[in-house]
Amino acid sequence: MTEGADDGARTAFRRGLRLGIPFAVVGFLLSLSFGVLARQAGFSTTQAIVTAVIVFAGSAQFAMLSVITVGGGIPAALTAASLMNSRFLAMGVALAPSLPGGPLKRAAQGQTVVDASWALANRGDGTFDRWLLFGTTLPQYVSWTLGCVVGAVFGDALGDTHRLGLDAIYPVFFLSLLIAELRDPASRWVAAGGGLLALALVPIAPPGVPILAASAVALFGLVRKPS
Amino acid sequence: MTLSHNEIWVLILGCAALTMAIKAAGPVLLGGRELPSWFTRVVVLMAPTLLCALVVTSVFASGRSWSVGAQTVGVAVAAVMLWRRMSLVLAVLVAVVITAGLRAL
Repeated sequence: MTEGADDGARTAFRRGLRLGIPFAVVGFLLSLSFGVLARQAGFSTTQAIVTAVIVFAGSAQFAMLSVITVGGGIPAALTAASLMNSRFLAMGVALAPSLPGGPLKRAAQGQTVVDASWALANRGDGTFDRWLLFGTTLPQYVSWTLGCVVGAVFGDALGDTHRLGLDAIYPVFFLSLLIAELRDPASRWVAAGGGLLALALVPIAPPGVPILAASAVALFGLVRKPS
Repeated sequence: MTLSHNEIWVLILGCAALTMAIKAAGPVLLGGRELPSWFTRVVVLMAPTLLCALVVTSVFASGRSWSVGAQTVGVAVAAVMLWRRMSLVLAVLVAVVITAGLRAL
C-alpha cells in the first residue's frame, strides 16, 4: 500500500469513528434493553453479555429472545434470528467487491457489517469505503457490549422496558439511516416500494422474511437507465 | 417454556455461528471481483429498500400482524425531527418519552 492510500484509510477510519458515535449512543440503550429482556427470559448475566459480545446483531438477538419467551425451542429461535439476519446476505453481496484479500480475510472484514456502518460506508456509486465501515462499527461494538452489561446487571432496577417506551428506540435508529437516503429523490420510490412490499408480506411470512424480500425491489435498478 | 442453562448456551453459540456465516457469505463468495454495471445499479437501490422495510416492519408489525400504538406516535414525532436534521440521540429520547407517556395515560 502506498503512503497516500494509508493516509486515506486513516482519515476514513477516524471519520467513521466520529460518525459512529450517535449510533453508538443509541446502540447502548438498545443493548441495555436487550440485557434486561434476556435476564427476564432466563439468561444468566454472563450469558446475556456473551450474547452481545459474540452475536452483535440486535435484530437477531431480539428475535431469538421473543421466540423463547413465548415458549419456542432452540431451532425456532435460531430460525427467527437467521431470518432477521438474512438482510446481511444482501448487504454482504453488495459489499463484497469492495473488500480486498483472500476469502478468510474477506470473511473477517464482513463481520464488521452492522446496519448503520453499512449504510454510512455506502458511497452511493455501488462501492463501499471499508475503512469508514470499520471505524463506524468500532464505537458501536464497544457501546453494544457496555449497554448489555448495564442492562443485564442493573435490569431489575429498571423494571418493564415496554412501559418505559424503550421499544421506540429500534425504529428511530433505522429511520435516521433511511431519512439520509430519502434526501435523494431518486431513492424515494424504491424505498416506498420496499416498505409496502414488506408490510404486505407481514401477515403471510415469518418475521424477517418481509425485509429480505423487500430487497428484491432494488432489482428495479436492472431496468432503470444508468444515470 | 424456560430453556435450561446449557440449552441457552447452545442457543447463544448457534446464533453467533449462524450470524458469522451469514455475514461472511457474500464477501467470501463474491469478493475481489470487478463490478458489472447492472450490479452497481441494483446495489445503489438496496439501502433505501432494506432500510424502509426495517422501519415499517418495526413500527407497524408485531409478529405476523399489523399493529399501531403509542410507539407509532413516538416514532412519527422522531421522524419529523430527523427530517429537520435534529440529532438522532435527541429524536430517540423524545420518541421514548412520548411512547412511555402515552402508555402511562
